[in-house]
Amino acid sequence: MRSRAASHRATNRRSRTVKTPSRFRLADLASEALAGLLQRPGRSALTVLGTIAGIGGFVAIVALSQTAAGQIGKDFNVQDATQVTVTDTGARGGSTNPTMDFPMDADALVDRIHGVLAAGVWWQSSGHGAVSALPPSVGGRQVGLPVTAASPGALIASGAQLAAGVLFNQFHEATAQNVAVLGKSAAAQLGISSVVNEPAIFIGGQPFTVVGILANDPRLPQLNLGVTVPESTALHLWGPPVSYFPAQMLIHTRLGAAQVVARQAAVALRPDDPKLLTAAAPVNAAQLKKSVTASLNTVFLALAGVALMIGAVGIANTTLVAVLERSSEIGLRRALGARPRHIAVQFLAESTALGLFGGLVGACVGVLVALGVTISEHWTALLDARIVFAAPAAGAVIGLLAGLYPALRASAIEPADALRR
Amino acid sequence: MTEAPAELPVTEPPVIQLSGAGYTYPGPPPVQALKPTNLIIRRGEHVAIMGPSGSGKSTLLNLLGLLDRPTEGRLEIDGIDLGRASERDRAAVRARHIGFVFQSFHLLPHRSAVENVMLAQVYADRPRRRRYAEAMFALGGVGLAHRAHALPTELSGGERQRVAIARALVNRPSLLLCDEPTGNLDTASTEELTDLLGLLHQQGATLVVITHNPAVAARAERLIRIQDGRLSDLQEDPAVHAGDRDGGSHALSGG
Repeated sequence: MRSRAASHRATNRRSRTVKTPSRFRLADLASEALAGLLQRPGRSALTVLGTIAGIGGFVAIVALSQTAAGQIGKDFNVQDATQVTVTDTGARGGSTNPTMDFPMDADALVDRIHGVLAAGVWWQSSGHGAVSALPPSVGGRQVGLPVTAASPGALIASGAQLAAGVLFNQFHEATAQNVAVLGKSAAAQLGISSVVNEPAIFIGGQPFTVVGILANDPRLPQLNLGVTVPESTALHLWGPPVSYFPAQMLIHTRLGAAQVVARQAAVALRPDDPKLLTAAAPVNAAQLKKSVTASLNTVFLALAGVALMIGAVGIANTTLVAVLERSSEIGLRRALGARPRHIAVQFLAESTALGLFGGLVGACVGVLVALGVTISEHWTALLDARIVFAAPAAGAVIGLLAGLYPALRASAIEPADALRR
Repeated sequence: MTEAPAELPVTEPPVIQLSGAGYTYPGPPPVQALKPTNLIIRRGEHVAIMGPSGSGKSTLLNLLGLLDRPTEGRLEIDGIDLGRASERDRAAVRARHIGFVFQSFHLLPHRSAVENVMLAQVYADRPRRRRYAEAMFALGGVGLAHRAHALPTELSGGERQRVAIARALVNRPSLLLCDEPTGNLDTASTEELTDLLGLLHQQGATLVVITHNPAVAARAERLIRIQDGRLSDLQEDPAVHAGDRDGGSHALSGG
């Protein structure tokens, strides 16, 4: 079929192969993708709006929920988190009869619960007379001071600090002694500044020995304003607490034990009828954080997700339009030696760059929005730095995914068809 | 390659060699756009291909430019068998061995003349720092160094086509493939461009020009007509036809 020369040539020709494939360097890819985007800056900018909204929304929501959760954490101090209050429901006595549903050994019963540091019953006493520093019979000045009945445990649980003297104790309680602890302002009103001489006061004409003067009482600040007497003394002299000011128990727990103690207190106190008492612990800070974050997240994250999806569709759409518009450019690039994968990777790079840009701007917008809200609410802004750095990466991934189909379409364009246009 | 220097004149492969290459559009009904063809174009030739619309010109151009694959026969460029080669190899040959010039220029509108020329260097993997100088040199070769930074919209049709020729030449291809290069040009520009092609031929370029314009075809040293998918060489050489022994295939050889 062939001449000898031809077949000789053919033999030589067979040894010829392509040595180096055509290339598309990373630097070229970057500059070509950038040039592609900057060809139509307006369209590129509009395209990333959806991504900006989506990523910005995500960042703002995460930042705000973190800030809000942190805010709750700040409001919860240790004092609140270690306090349980048990209240007499007054169910037994109805609305008129004074009742006392705490047993006399309430302090000891609750002390046995694991995690309890101190506990005691107290109530605002009523039916006592006015308070004076001198006996009413010799014309002592009557002062309208509140009188509180409290067990020794209640004073300890309230964290009472003394300016002078001591707190009344189990002995005074057990024997219903007429002793009193004065609040700081009450002592000033009564003109008592020292307990060295065992000063006496008169409550409704009954003499009481002042054993201590309070400096401060963090959990029961009302004690600073009045006179505190032992629980048993008050019961003996003035009867049980009235229904509009029922007896309460203050329990000071270890950090983190408040929830557990609250669940056990009523049963420990009244195993015969726990329903007479209700125990309340502060809402668990961690739970509250979670619930706030969750309620914020579910609604707004869904919205941000929708925005993000719109953003992804926008990028996909723009890239697809660009592929169709630039089909003659694609044909030209193929004629100049581009392989289908070079075309695909170029459009992928363009869509990824759009997503990355959207993510960058979105992260900035999100942080600014969160800051704006935080400042207007006088909160302390809290934001996980990882979120800020993850946002552009997430944008880039979205852009990459959005570009997959257009890039596939672009790489499948036949150069001969594309160049004919 | 590895041939001894003395053999070079004999063994240097033709720029283009078609051996029974044909192209049939898959039907239904199948259309044989290019009948099985033998064609040899040697280095330094200036060949014009003329034919009416629908004669198979575009099909031939797409095969020669490696934009389509022959459905039968063999296609070699610079001795490399490319009819059934991988897309990787065909792209590499397009990048380094073939320069395209199109009727509609196909310049990227947002890039200056020199940037358009540099686009061809991307896929041929020319070192980045040498590209600008090489592109400027190519533009100088077509007499457009002074318009290097003009956008295509600021250039006349003739200038645009010269930019396209600079782009086609910048990688020093063995073959310049021109598809109706003067189809969108006025008479003056057409003459300018034909002169440029003649000059390139004198400088040793291998040119294959597909054209409707007899004036452009007349500048070629060899004229091939194509009609109904069949080639006919107007510089008939009986010796060539002696080689046409395999049945229906239509043989053409240059020289």
